[in-house]
Amino acid sequence: MQTHQFDALIVGAGGAGLMAALYASQGGAKVAVVSKLYPTRSHTGAALGGIGAALGNHEEDRPEWHMYDTVKGGDYLADQDAVRVLGEEAVDAVIELEHMGLPFDRTSEGRISQRRFGGHTSNFGEKAVRRACHSADRTGHMILQTLYQQCLRNEVRFFDEYQVVDLLLNQGVACGAVAIKLGSGEFHCFNAKATLFATGGWGRVWQVTSNAHSLTGDGAAIVLRRGLPLEDMEFYQFHPTGLYGLGVLLTEGIRGEGGVLLNRHGERFMERYAPTIKDLASRDVVSRSMYLELRDGKGIRGSDYLHLDIRPETVNRYLAEAGETRRIDEDFIARNLAETLEVCRTYAGVDPLQEPMPVQPTAHYAMGGIPTNVNAEVIVDAAGKVMQGLYAAGEVACVSCHGANRLGTNSLVDLVVFGRRGGKRIANFVREAPLIPPPMDAAEEVRAEFERIRNSEGSSRPGELRAQMQSLMMTHVGVFRSADGMRQGRDAVLELRQRFLQDLGIDDRGQVFNTDLMEAWELGCLLDTAVVTAECALAREESRGAHSREDFRERDDANWMVHSLISSQASGLVTEQLELALNHDKSVDRSLEAEDERFAPKERVY
Amino acid sequence: MDISFRIRRYNPEAGRTKPYWQEFELNDVEPSHRVLELLHRVKWEQDGTLAFRRSCSSGICGSDAMRINGRNALACKLLARDVGPKIQVEPILGLRVIKDLIVDMEPFLAHYRQVLPWFVNDGPLPADGRERLQAQEDKDLITDSTNCILCAACTTSCPSFWANGEYVGPAAIVQAHRFLFDTRDTGDDARLDALGAPDGVWRCRTIFNCTPACPRGIEVTRAIGEVKLAVRKGATAGIIDPATIKQQH
Ligand SMILES: Cc1cc2nc3c(=O)[nH]c(=O)nc-3n(C[C@H](O)[C@H](O)[C@H](O)COP(=O)(O)OP(=O)(O)OC[C@H]3O[C@@H](n4cnc5c(N)ncnc54)[C@H](O)[C@@H]3O)c2cc1C
Ligand code: SF4
Ligand code: FES
Repeated sequence: MQTHQFDALIVGAGGAGLMAALYASQGGAKVAVVSKLYPTRSHTGAALGGIGAALGNHEEDRPEWHMYDTVKGGDYLADQDAVRVLGEEAVDAVIELEHMGLPFDRTSEGRISQRRFGGHTSNFGEKAVRRACHSADRTGHMILQTLYQQCLRNEVRFFDEYQVVDLLLNQGVACGAVAIKLGSGEFHCFNAKATLFATGGWGRVWQVTSNAHSLTGDGAAIVLRRGLPLEDMEFYQFHPTGLYGLGVLLTEGIRGEGGVLLNRHGERFMERYAPTIKDLASRDVVSRSMYLELRDGKGIRGSDYLHLDIRPETVNRYLAEAGETRRIDEDFIARNLAETLEVCRTYAGVDPLQEPMPVQPTAHYAMGGIPTNVNAEVIVDAAGKVMQGLYAAGEVACVSCHGANRLGTNSLVDLVVFGRRGGKRIANFVREAPLIPPPMDAAEEVRAEFERIRNSEGSSRPGELRAQMQSLMMTHVGVFRSADGMRQGRDAVLELRQRFLQDLGIDDRGQVFNTDLMEAWELGCLLDTAVVTAECALAREESRGAHSREDFRERDDANWMVHSLISSQASGLVTEQLELALNHDKSVDRSLEAEDERFAPKERVY
Repeated sequence: MDISFRIRRYNPEAGRTKPYWQEFELNDVEPSHRVLELLHRVKWEQDGTLAFRRSCSSGICGSDAMRINGRNALACKLLARDVGPKIQVEPILGLRVIKDLIVDMEPFLAHYRQVLPWFVNDGPLPADGRERLQAQEDKDLITDSTNCILCAACTTSCPSFWANGEYVGPAAIVQAHRFLFDTRDTGDDARLDALGAPDGVWRCRTIFNCTPACPRGIEVTRAIGEVKLAVRKGATAGIIDPATIKQQH
């Protein structure tokens, strides 16, 4: 097996991984980025609407207001030390992206243009504010491209189409990872002083999702299998406006520019659920309201979708009604929502300039993940003990700046702010730290698991198991949840997992680009991620943010202002029993609240 | 609807050393299904060994460029109703086939890197610690070329590239365009040198295959034309007439 030695190993080349790689390399570290996709194909490129930062280029804005919205949007579960960092460093990070050449849209003064976005307000919830910095509705694409280009300029080493399948631990510290080179099927050992996971989310656990096929929770599952905890896995966000049937995302920027949600009666129903900011309430609130409308039979043509309307005549009518002077026209939409028009025309045969778009909530974003502190260092217990040599950033991480529900535009902020912190921290760490060698037979266990899958001849095909899991999770661990349903869902998913272990059958026994094999391994990751999600959701007996229980409808601050930490006690990489241990000992950081009582938990009204 | 699929297969390990065609039948296909979904159905229901790249399934990552009924496209952006009931799929041309629909992207990316595709401006930053200023009209000069997702559909539809794989190709030129015409960038000299070299922009014979091949609707040939002018003049100012920039409808 080939072994590579680096100061820093970055697993994943989305916004978080590239940001970390860039800063670690600028700090003098020898950096390798290992990614199963070519970097520019990472799902960060799909992010549409914008990146939030209180630049105040159109109207007054302040980092504290951004922090307040983030804490409130997160339903008071976010760690406020992390929120403070997010708000304070967002401005600087966005300016830095501009300095790296990111082609932002501009205001008439030539500054970065900003738009409204769900849950972002000025003056502690007073009114919607223009905070989302954007490049049309292709902001993520521009961030990804810009960071990749700068990494090339900085001579970061890329190992493209190498898939990490195991984490290396020795003497209780992380010392790299095992990867498969997809083009040849060879195992490679990456030995490093610091390893950072930035593998993104796991939307493919659910049936209707905005996430790429490649978002299969590899990073979360790998870490779980090595005995490390995952945090707040019950909190998974459903975005209100997925294109009906496909789940492809229609950006919140559409509502930011004035678009409205309508039920079958043409009623703008969000006026009832969120009288102040209406369609721009935070995502959990809007998704739930949509479900309630659908349940009341108010779906379009009695079906299970609603309308999103951005036609100028509709938008301008509501703008006039609200006493606003701004008006939009078709040109404005074509310029600012080009991607949206394209997506609707291609996939739904709907021209948003002529008719409303059919939408339904779609599985979108993982608030939970690998627990870290504000320096992207992975922590292993409720007291915040650091795992030496291991880091995580981006969607796979849970520094908990999003709490129970992430605000739109805050993921891109999270990537650049905590990716950068991780990169800087790593650059410092590797200067002094020794290189711990990998354990003997580093790849033996994971190789055995791959040989099992490669040679499997059972009757359960991965595609079939995956589809069943996705449908179960959608029904039982989706927007609305109850104990009975979740128990049923979890047990059924555990059964699928048994079939995966005992009765799997794949076709391809080869080495070169064996995508059959890799997809089956990824299914294993999805199944583990699904099980821990259901387990954590079942345990949390309250409704908070994206976690909404029909049998516990209220938020319960007295008992549940705590994070969940779940880990597997199983000895062995992929075992029959996951032997999960769940605790709620990690409390929420409330340092902003300690200084300013406006950050104290309140009922969330929008 | 029913679909009959003809797929170009190649597996270096399976004993058959030559590429061959294989047929698959699919029933109950919705006209709104993407060709990518149909490929998944073949893979998941009939033959797991079929290999192709894909990720986002919504036309944004650039993984699944392939030749569908003789024309380059992203499999996730073509619907069954647009191509149906007989679909022929083969790998993009001009790059070495590794397995089935997967080609070697390395030469393509090497050309990309050749044009120094990164923003350069080592001058002083604004004293107020804020963003550089840029007029929206100036940003619009590069809006089209910043949309490139490096899918390779243009380069692998270009006869000049098929004839000579050393040609940097349309995609690399579009990427260079994005920086050359960025009013904030100062790295033009080195880039213009790279593009003026024998395998640079002059290998383009204006055959126009690239523009219709681009799934992002980028005016590729136009961008190449503007880069040619810049190479000839040794400068970029005044080349693009803002009034002619296409409105994105
Ligand atoms: C359609 C859509 C629109 C969005 N719009 C917005 C928005 O407007 N604003 C906002 O703030 N957020 C938005 N988001 C959310 C945001 O885009 C994501 O949360 C964020 O981009 C995740 O970035 P990341 O760097 O963590 O991971 P990703 O960009 O997903 O990258 C993951 C990387 O890890 C690699 N990888 C994964 N597994 C492995 C493995 N086993 N081995 C090696 N490499 C691996 C992949 O190759 C990839 O490079 C949107 C999300 C979606 C889906
Ligand atoms: S210019 Fe268009 S076709 Fe060519 S690589 Fe870029 S996106 Fe693909
Ligand atoms: S799968 Fe991403 S462009 Fe087709």
